[in-house]
Amino acid sequence: MNPSNPTAGTPTKPRLAAVVAPGYTPATITDQVNKVVFGTTPRWWLAAFGGSFVLLMMLLFAVTWLFVKGVGIWGINIPVAWGFAIVNFVWWIGIGHAGTLISAILLLFRQEWRTSINRFAEAMTLFAVACAGLFPVLHLGRPWLFYWLLPYPNTMTLWPQFRSPLIWDVFAVSTYATVSLLFWYVGLIPDLATLRDRLKNVWLRRAAGLFSLGWRGSARHWHNYETLYLLLAGLATPLVLSVHTVVSFDFAISIVPGWHTTIFPPYFVAGAIYSGFAMVITLLLPLRSLFGLKDMITERHLAAMAKVMLATGLIVAYGYIIEAFVSWYSGVEFEMFMMKNRMTGPYQFQYAMLWLCNILVPQLLWIRKFRTSPVLLWGVAMFINVGMWLERYVIVVVSLSRDFLPSSWDLYAGTRWDWAVFVGTIGLFLSLIFLFVRFLPMISGFEMRHLVAHKRGATEVE
Amino acid sequence: MSAYEHPDGPFGLVAEFTNDGDLTRAARRTREAGYTRVEAYSPFPVNGLDEALDLPRSRVPLVVLLGGIFGGLGGFFLQYWSQVIRYPMNIAGRPFNSWPAFIVPTFECTILGAAICGVVGMILLNGLPQPYHPMFNWDRFLRASRDRFFLAIEAEDPKYDRQGTEAFLRSLEPSEVTEVES
Repeated sequence: MNPSNPTAGTPTKPRLAAVVAPGYTPATITDQVNKVVFGTTPRWWLAAFGGSFVLLMMLLFAVTWLFVKGVGIWGINIPVAWGFAIVNFVWWIGIGHAGTLISAILLLFRQEWRTSINRFAEAMTLFAVACAGLFPVLHLGRPWLFYWLLPYPNTMTLWPQFRSPLIWDVFAVSTYATVSLLFWYVGLIPDLATLRDRLKNVWLRRAAGLFSLGWRGSARHWHNYETLYLLLAGLATPLVLSVHTVVSFDFAISIVPGWHTTIFPPYFVAGAIYSGFAMVITLLLPLRSLFGLKDMITERHLAAMAKVMLATGLIVAYGYIIEAFVSWYSGVEFEMFMMKNRMTGPYQFQYAMLWLCNILVPQLLWIRKFRTSPVLLWGVAMFINVGMWLERYVIVVVSLSRDFLPSSWDLYAGTRWDWAVFVGTIGLFLSLIFLFVRFLPMISGFEMRHLVAHKRGATEVE
Repeated sequence: MSAYEHPDGPFGLVAEFTNDGDLTRAARRTREAGYTRVEAYSPFPVNGLDEALDLPRSRVPLVVLLGGIFGGLGGFFLQYWSQVIRYPMNIAGRPFNSWPAFIVPTFECTILGAAICGVVGMILLNGLPQPYHPMFNWDRFLRASRDRFFLAIEAEDPKYDRQGTEAFLRSLEPSEVTEVES
């Protein structure tokens, strides 16, 4: 990996860029990480945040109208009672999974390249889970009674039905949101201390001081901190695998053809990581060029993320194939009809697009150029974003619209209010992302310092 | 562990180093010289510094374990109590204590209890939040969160004496030594 070969005399080009561009010291990397926070607000940022904010206002408008009129303004009907709301819920919660994978699982595997993207990916997780959490509540019909889902002593002496996967989901998603927030905040504490020590504005400095809790970076602090960070990673690892498993139980525990299948948990988890990495790439590639962070988010990161997408994409492809095979092999009339209906029924276009976006286009990632060229990689990631949304659409809508009794069949299509809420949550998500990257360090400063110091060999004591 | 108590006199003597290797060497020699109230500060976790200072094992894992056990038992008990004792519902003759269905919330509560106790435990074991600390009286200390490494010998150390300790710290070849007010 050493870029220069002293014996040959001529520098040899490394096969892949380093995790950090050469020449950085702990001091310069700290300045580089916090450059965005200390800099002036770029004009493009105002435009981008403004655009996202308009979409966020559309969300508020659409949700207000939903509360006034009820869920009848959506396209849902009987039998398709789970429309866009559940499709979007599963899509958003899946996107969150990349953040936890990067911050927890790749930490345990000691993947150095995670260091410059973990903070951003964790923030993305938080915001995606926030968007996801909205949908089941909005879908309730009486959303102001959402707290009935929680176990609490009440005058009706009613308790949630703990045998229901929907209640499991409440526990899984709320635990996931809480642990993600804790993980993100713990990672931020030393970096907030850096901001506290360097900010000029007294109010911002006080805010950073308040949230950094008086962190001094003493050996005793770090000793407890590192122990906890590793333990949190160990706790978050089974958690992230469990969340989408539990989401898949919402479907798999029922008896609807197309839902009642044991392949769902692993294939949902793989799909979640797949879509999450696609979203990280979608956001990070433009941001790293706009903020000039290419020294820290290098070609190496692009290639690594592309490989994770390729691997998880193949697991997803395996899931699709096995799903089709098992429905034929089962010999069950309803299962066989479900698969035939998917491929040739009224939603055949969505199913064909699903194969195109999720299975065919991502095979381009076998080609090296598609893994390292930002433009091409971004294009593939966009296909995956759309494809993963279509996957959930096919699972939710196509299965429900034609189940056992032909007399109860009905078709479904989202209305403009469905779209307004969906696009509105994209506005919420992007607004939060843009606020985050402007006001907090989007790259973990203390971990980058550690990485850079290690590279210089300064820590070799004995 | 608690709010900083304001003693009379200085907080201690502090030496500044420019890299983590020097800090670790200095920390080891300070401990070997018999000082006991020693603290090191660094902008990132330094490998081997806890051994050099002979820090006791972190108690965070114990807190996480207890939090996990509490969360798991609490989660299962919540379900058992509500579904078996408080509000038993006969659904197609299934047992009230249908424990396999209770596993998922129990698992989630275990993780939740462990994570919350771990984070709160880490913060409290580190004596945080602590708005005031004497180290911040030295303006150079602001670089402890960027690129400088500090070793402090506190005035409460029984071996502490203004001249002798300063001479000792200077023998460790730091870039700066100063006395910090409390």
